[in-house]
Amino acid sequence: MNGAWMTVLRRDLLLAFRRRSDVATTLFFFLIVSSLFPLGIGPEPAVLSSIAPGVLWVAALLAGMLSLTRLFAADFADGSLEQMLLAPQPLTLLVTAKVLAHWLVCGLPVVLLAPLIGLQYALPNDALFVLIISLLLGTPALSLIGAIGAALTLGVRGSGLLVALLVLPLYIPVLIFGAGAVAASQHGMSAQAHLSLLAACSLLSLVLAPLATAAALRISVE
Amino acid sequence: MLTVDGLACLRGDRLLFKNVGFELKAGGLLYVLGENGSGKSSLLRMLCGLLMPEKGTVFWNKQTIKKESESFLSNLTYIGHLNGLKDDLTALENLTMGARAAGNDVSEDKALAALAAIGIERCANLPARVLSQGQKRRVTLAKLWLAEGKLWILDEPFAALDIASVSKLAAKLAEHLSSGGMAILTTHQDVTIHAQSVQTLRLSE
Repeated sequence: MNGAWMTVLRRDLLLAFRRRSDVATTLFFFLIVSSLFPLGIGPEPAVLSSIAPGVLWVAALLAGMLSLTRLFAADFADGSLEQMLLAPQPLTLLVTAKVLAHWLVCGLPVVLLAPLIGLQYALPNDALFVLIISLLLGTPALSLIGAIGAALTLGVRGSGLLVALLVLPLYIPVLIFGAGAVAASQHGMSAQAHLSLLAACSLLSLVLAPLATAAALRISVE
Repeated sequence: MLTVDGLACLRGDRLLFKNVGFELKAGGLLYVLGENGSGKSSLLRMLCGLLMPEKGTVFWNKQTIKKESESFLSNLTYIGHLNGLKDDLTALENLTMGARAAGNDVSEDKALAALAAIGIERCANLPARVLSQGQKRRVTLAKLWLAEGKLWILDEPFAALDIASVSKLAAKLAEHLSSGGMAILTTHQDVTIHAQSVQTLRLSE
């Protein structure tokens, strides 16, 4: 069972490595969207640092969204999804391997790039640190919840937009706690409550989202 | 043993077939025949559990395939219309990773031998992207040489194959059946496969 899980993870990482341009698109999107705001709003440090938490979190959220449609679409089109459904291993487990691969490829780079972007927004060091922690705790939930939307819209025309409509409302709690954590630390308060709630969001979606995703995949393949 | 009872398939508001039933025992081969669009592929997908039947049940060793899913799925090898190959992986990677993802931990040597058995070992290190339709089909079919399960469900396995590969596949099928395996296949070609018991199921309106 472990072998199958590792294989699914390794295959997805290998595929991402062979199609690096797809990964770069996500990262550049994040970079450009979050760089547009300082250019549009002006160089006032006080204004920039007050909008930074929200802007950076929304940019991270949209960047993750951009790559969601690719999560199962290729597998669906070439038939490897059918084979995954027919594997004797529980589908929910194999789904977690695919989501983990998606997070490692599209979520983690955003987390690592975020402090660099944060500097553009004149964020102080401790707020930068909280930004990284909040993204690290929150982005797994984005990938997990997004997988449900990706699975539900498989084979549907215009699935990219539909995924956004389905998934963005579900991202609201993660956005509130994520941006809230950074804002709290900017105002000299403890970010711990926000971060705990963020971790809770991720854990809850780790338990529930793979079940929902697996069910949605079975329906889509019919 | 695979037992099928009273299957009916509804696609949209069209009834493709109803009251399909048969029993397949060890060593048995079942041909599913019918015109294009008569529901052959839908029937095969139902037998795998990918498609919910409108009516009727599929039993594996007298239990429904849902209840016995782990034993059923570890005995099942399904090859559908889609090859399930990743364009960016080589033929060998596709074969080994495909088998391992299904819980069959094959070595690279075994996978190479399987590719050689269907005469495609030269392409082992080429990405699937550059292979022709027939070559891709052969890479997909190579997993039959790695399969450990008893039940093979093959949708048009002979389509796009050259004559030499057809006879290799027919020989492999005969070997699988003689060692107690079961096979269900659809085909439009006239291929002789030696088996103890051959059944034919004709789907028509």
